[in-house]
Amino acid sequence: MKRRTFMKGSLAGSVLAVAAGSGLLKPTDVLAAGWPKGAFDAQTEADMLSSLYGSSSAAASGKIRIKAPIQAENGRVVPVKVQADLANVEAIAVAVAKNPRPLATSVNLSGGATGYYSTRIKMGKTSKVTAYVKAGGKLHTASKTVKVTVGGCGG
Amino acid sequence: MARLTKIKTRKRGDSTEILALVNHPMETGRRKNKKTKQKVPAHYIQKMSFELNGKVVAEANLGPAVSKNPLTAITIKGAKAGDKVKVSWTDNKGESGGATGAV
Repeated sequence: MKRRTFMKGSLAGSVLAVAAGSGLLKPTDVLAAGWPKGAFDAQTEADMLSSLYGSSSAAASGKIRIKAPIQAENGRVVPVKVQADLANVEAIAVAVAKNPRPLATSVNLSGGATGYYSTRIKMGKTSKVTAYVKAGGKLHTASKTVKVTVGGCGG
Repeated sequence: MARLTKIKTRKRGDSTEILALVNHPMETGRRKNKKTKQKVPAHYIQKMSFELNGKVVAEANLGPAVSKNPLTAITIKGAKAGDKVKVSWTDNKGESGGATGAV
């Protein structure tokens, strides 16, 4: 019961924080121009994809490799590496299905950058980690399940 | 406030990996201070850009779900020894920072 009230409280609080943030952070929006706020606020991966890349259909691809631990002891730091052996990789996004907001991070690649992105993310609980790769105008995807014993959101 | 940004490059086969480590709290805005029961306000890096010889090669968007002191890496092809690498970042409070280095 205690946990339930806590969860309720934190949910309501986050809504308030978002509302306050959107008003207070106006100057910052200008500074961080082009930061896809809609995609980071999206609550489902489909919404996130359409906000980020304008399309929510992604084809599974065997050419994307995700390097992440099978079991992460600490959900606060989960190293994830995405290697996409596809031609003309334009963007890579990393999403965690069971986080409050699925999108963790994304990168737009240009010039000489190859299809590789490495980062460390937070995970609330055991979940599928999905990499979306945009290559040649199409979306490709691959995912991997990471078990989390201690969550990294809140607390 | 200045935050330490470190960059490092290393060879990975025929491409070069650029790693950037930023000393940053990356608060999600969901965590509570245990003593005061107040929410710790969100504070996280939003944009990170990687430049090679003054040309942007990658622009990363980071969300609150990226770990504290984020270590981010990308690879580039065709970088030569001595090429200039620059990493810069901006967070949701308008703080920014970066570092330059050479391959």
